[in-house]
Amino acid sequence: MSIEVLKPGLLSSLQDGGRTGQAALGVGHAGAMDVPAWRLANALVGNTGDEAALEFTLIGPTLRFERAATIALCGAIPTAEVDGHALPGWTRCRLPAGSVLRLGGMAQGCRGYLAVGGGFAATPVLGSRSTDLHAGLGPFGGRALREGDRLELDPHHADSLHGTPQPQVQAQPWSLDPRAWFEPEPIALALLPGTHTDRLEAASQSMLHGQTFRLSKDANRTACRLDGHRLDLQQPLELISEAVLPGTVQLPPSGQPIVLLAEAPVTGGYPRIGQLAAVDLPRLAQRRPGDTVCFHACTLEEAQQRLAEHRDRLERLLAAIARRLAAAS
Amino acid sequence: MSSTPQCEAMAEDALLLRFGDAIDVAINAQVHAAARRLHARCPGLEIVPAYASLLLRFDPAQWPAREGRSPHEQLIDTVLAALQQADQEREADRQVDIPVLYGGECGPDLAEVAILTALSVEQVIARHAAASYRVAMLGFAPGFPYLLGLDPGLATPRRHDPRQRVPAGSVAIGGSQTGIYPAELPGGWRLIGRTPLRLFHVDAPTPSLLRPGDRVRFQPIDAATFERLAGAATP
Repeated sequence: MSIEVLKPGLLSSLQDGGRTGQAALGVGHAGAMDVPAWRLANALVGNTGDEAALEFTLIGPTLRFERAATIALCGAIPTAEVDGHALPGWTRCRLPAGSVLRLGGMAQGCRGYLAVGGGFAATPVLGSRSTDLHAGLGPFGGRALREGDRLELDPHHADSLHGTPQPQVQAQPWSLDPRAWFEPEPIALALLPGTHTDRLEAASQSMLHGQTFRLSKDANRTACRLDGHRLDLQQPLELISEAVLPGTVQLPPSGQPIVLLAEAPVTGGYPRIGQLAAVDLPRLAQRRPGDTVCFHACTLEEAQQRLAEHRDRLERLLAAIARRLAAAS
Repeated sequence: MSSTPQCEAMAEDALLLRFGDAIDVAINAQVHAAARRLHARCPGLEIVPAYASLLLRFDPAQWPAREGRSPHEQLIDTVLAALQQADQEREADRQVDIPVLYGGECGPDLAEVAILTALSVEQVIARHAAASYRVAMLGFAPGFPYLLGLDPGLATPRRHDPRQRVPAGSVAIGGSQTGIYPAELPGGWRLIGRTPLRLFHVDAPTPSLLRPGDRVRFQPIDAATFERLAGAATP
């Protein structure tokens, strides 16, 4: 039993927490761009581990469910309807067998997550069910979904809210509050110093930490380019390739900074003018082309502190969801 | 060994050790010697070698701030101490032989490399196959080895017009380096031959044929041997 892709949306792929520990072999991390949203979607359908969910970008897919399934939409919420009924986001819904789920465009944000009870049953590649589009690794040979693809569901998952299956869509009466995901622009992102931050011209250094940048159309899961201000080095640097990470801000000769994202390569040779605080990576992942961001300098201690607090809050929320689901069943 | 590396906190969970700033055989040897020591003495670190640096990924929760020392500072103390200890016994480098069919369809740029280097095609092959190379690092794509040790007489600039599709197994020269494309990829290096071996195979127990620090030699083979080995490599 599976889900058939009737329309793939703009860029949809299966993603989990990513591929860890393989960078020395040239294999990048990939994984969900907005990890908290991916985890919350899983939690709402009762998944507790590293189950893959469907990540979609700006416009969601249209899917036909061959069997009944429990689903949740988190992150950026597209218009969503099943047989004429609008479907809410940030909660869980029960779809009867044969449902056609039509996801459209999003009013806000850039990436949404569709989780199903039991998770999608893809074979792990190098320990992960994430799609690495750049390297061609993972489900569907590492490519984005296409019309006609079939997403397999875990055949052993006893997927039911409780009681007998209803012929209609059922939404759970409570939902999460998504307001934290949608902030007014420009959003402020914390930037750790990079190897070559102090090699920027003085004017460029103050621009980096004060001015507003716009996300270019040149954006994918690997990187996004920032327009609006050209940054210059005091003098050109001839560098050799070194490790880079998701969140590394590189400055290519064009002078337009590039922020590496979930599918960052493992090495790069451009000057590195900053490292985005890890806690702010999912916030950047929800910005769309044309949105504005600005940076402020932060220390490693501040970044670690915020990351730890953020993780604690997320863990408490995940635990609260699990308790509430257990109480309802 | 070795000079003390420069340490740079790169991210909340990442420390970069830098041994130099050039693509250099001796500096890269220090990188791999350090990687080996840290593998043996500091379990729980992910270690990513590059030409002149090592990235260490760690779990900051395992290194909680103590006596005013941050997680990164404690890791630096531990790593520098581990690098200072002498090796009990020096483990030999892994040696991997790569059979290559040079020229023809497999190496469409071989003749051009010969012209650019003012050598005969036979001399290019002989010099490329005579050298012992080191896998400086893997990158660009899963399993792509950047090899140091190219005969300086074979250094050739990259193509002005990169190919959209370089076939898997292509052996190529790019500047002063040589490498092997593990999969069909775009690329601007000059293709001089092809190996029938699979460099990267996600279902294999060790997915990458080559690991950072390995020693590599190329063995010229003929078309019949290529076919036989290619048949054996197909799953």
